[in-house]
Amino acid sequence: MTPAIDVDDIWKRYRLGKSAAGYGTVKEAFSSFVTRIGRARAEPAEDFWALKGVSFQVGAGEAIGIIGRNGAGKSTILKILSRITLPTRGRASLRGRVGALLEVGTGFNPELTGRENVFLNGAILGMGRNELREKFDEIVAFSEIGTFIDTPVKRYSSGMQMRLAFSVAAHLEPDVMLVDEVLAVGDEEFQNKCFGKIGEIEREGRTVVFISHNLGAVRRLCKRCILLDEGRVVADGPTDSVLQTYYDLIGGGEATAASEEHGRGGTRLLGWEVRSDDRRASVVRSGEPCEITFRLASTVDHHQIFLVMAIYSQDGILVSSLRTLETLGGFSSLDPGKYSVTFRLPTFPVAPGLYDVHLTLHGRHEGQISSWHVQPPLRVTSEGAPAEDGKREGGVLWLPGEASVERV
Amino acid sequence: MSTPTEVVIEPARRWPRPRLAELWENRELAFFLVLRNLKALYRQTFIGVAWSLFRPLVTTVIFTIFIRLVKVPTLGIPAPLFVLSGLLPWTFFANSVYWGSLSLVVNAPLVTKIYFPRIVLPLANVLTESVDLVLSLVLLAVLSAVYGVALGAEVLLLPVLLLWLIVTCLSVTLWLAAINVRYRDVAFIVPFMIQIWLYLTPVIYPGQLIPEWGRWAYALNPMVGVVESFRWALVGGPAPTSFIGPSLAVVVVLVVTGWWYFSRTEQTFADVI
Repeated sequence: MTPAIDVDDIWKRYRLGKSAAGYGTVKEAFSSFVTRIGRARAEPAEDFWALKGVSFQVGAGEAIGIIGRNGAGKSTILKILSRITLPTRGRASLRGRVGALLEVGTGFNPELTGRENVFLNGAILGMGRNELREKFDEIVAFSEIGTFIDTPVKRYSSGMQMRLAFSVAAHLEPDVMLVDEVLAVGDEEFQNKCFGKIGEIEREGRTVVFISHNLGAVRRLCKRCILLDEGRVVADGPTDSVLQTYYDLIGGGEATAASEEHGRGGTRLLGWEVRSDDRRASVVRSGEPCEITFRLASTVDHHQIFLVMAIYSQDGILVSSLRTLETLGGFSSLDPGKYSVTFRLPTFPVAPGLYDVHLTLHGRHEGQISSWHVQPPLRVTSEGAPAEDGKREGGVLWLPGEASVERV
Repeated sequence: MSTPTEVVIEPARRWPRPRLAELWENRELAFFLVLRNLKALYRQTFIGVAWSLFRPLVTTVIFTIFIRLVKVPTLGIPAPLFVLSGLLPWTFFANSVYWGSLSLVVNAPLVTKIYFPRIVLPLANVLTESVDLVLSLVLLAVLSAVYGVALGAEVLLLPVLLLWLIVTCLSVTLWLAAINVRYRDVAFIVPFMIQIWLYLTPVIYPGQLIPEWGRWAYALNPMVGVVESFRWALVGGPAPTSFIGPSLAVVVVLVVTGWWYFSRTEQTFADVI
């Protein structure tokens, strides 16, 4: 059977630097023209190869995840597959109708009503008018917009816009669906609904390519994964083993990568580390004490703020959250400078597995100011039971209980 | 759903093929974009669509006063009719070229996030102007009745002339919109260019003022043939025979090269914009 997606040795070059053959002013173009005539050597444009010979195939009905560090080439490959940009070399082919969910909501016009935007957005994504009319009710129902559908979109909350946009895109019924990070926004309930919809699309025998920093989501949706690093395919195989390669790549659990999901700027997360038994640890043992330290740099004044560390299981259950508001007995303030924030846990009674750690900065008046999702996930093991990625059995909590069987 | 199509992705070509079939598939998108432009334009305006009548009316009055003052010959046509019949295609051209040349940059979020034939964007801007044109035609019909000018059979050529006008606008817009992606200078040049262009086009004076021997050169301005033909079809006057040839020839060259240049640079819009 021919694959739904066939990517064959794709290379993509971006030109950096001022003399890049790209955006500029007429003046620059003119002077570079003059230099060319004068046989003088033009300043060589700095080339950056975002993709260096990427090849893979995806079968029809398969769902694959593409993961990798920032700048590994994930978004570039998705842009090429969705035909937004062309490769410099190589060839790719896709069979069937292609739908791309790259940052939903682009193409929404704030002046138009929800209804008008559904039609406009649908047309941009490639749906016909009749098709849209047929699916219109379904789209509105899924988005939970209700009677606001005839209100201009500029009066919507960002969450409402998101929901409507996702809803339109999800009803496109493409043969090949390309998804990029969309699920990072929206409330948890709607996120779950989105996962459900993508799962449904997958079960209907459509092909899904999913790109995300949210490894939990990747694990949940994709059996197979491709790991990109520096523009090359480093691993391609079952999700669990590829994720393992990824953790090794980013430093076996001590890495400090974090993706800022929402932020109004001003504060950066420099890194984080876990200490157990007074040593830096890559894993935490169930029930042992541990310390989680975040290093922050602030460039502005923050008054009356508090920090929250939230720990989620891989299936999205909030295991616990700890706020400095309670532990410090009130609000804190940050002047510009560097800080380290430590959460000390006398015991960590969590079942073996992988856990996503989020840190958020809240202001008393501003609400959430910044939020970070740290990478890699926290790995928890127990005596004799090594962390089995993703296969958490026996719940979320580890209770140091004993059991006995006696005849009575 | 239709039979699975295969999409092949390959590096940019130097000589891209014109993808007319794809443009046709996206006709509904063009329609919705026109609708969006119109709704976004008039929403939250107090007099709304009446603006489309108000603007040509005021311009006509001012130009009529000007024409009377400097005694420009109007070939026996009442001055307001003379002005409005020229203003009609001119306004269409000026507005669609202005908005069309900005269309790719204004819609940059769309261009960098979703694939669709980019030509739909300038095309939609050109088509949006049709609504204003139709409203101005109504205004012209009223004025004609007031001045007791009867329409001739020439008016039946209007659809053909409209097509000619649209292609003329598109030919200029394709060049400017594509260049604007790379060189934002275009945004500054266009308003200035349109202003100069107005004086080179027989809107407030008749093309017949140009001596016979120079008319072919004058008509290398593609709008000359269009404006003269519109005026002839709508309010009478001498047939624009000597202007049509050169203007048409220039438009054909411009639209073919413009389409090619647009299709070629289209391939890198998302990287450059």
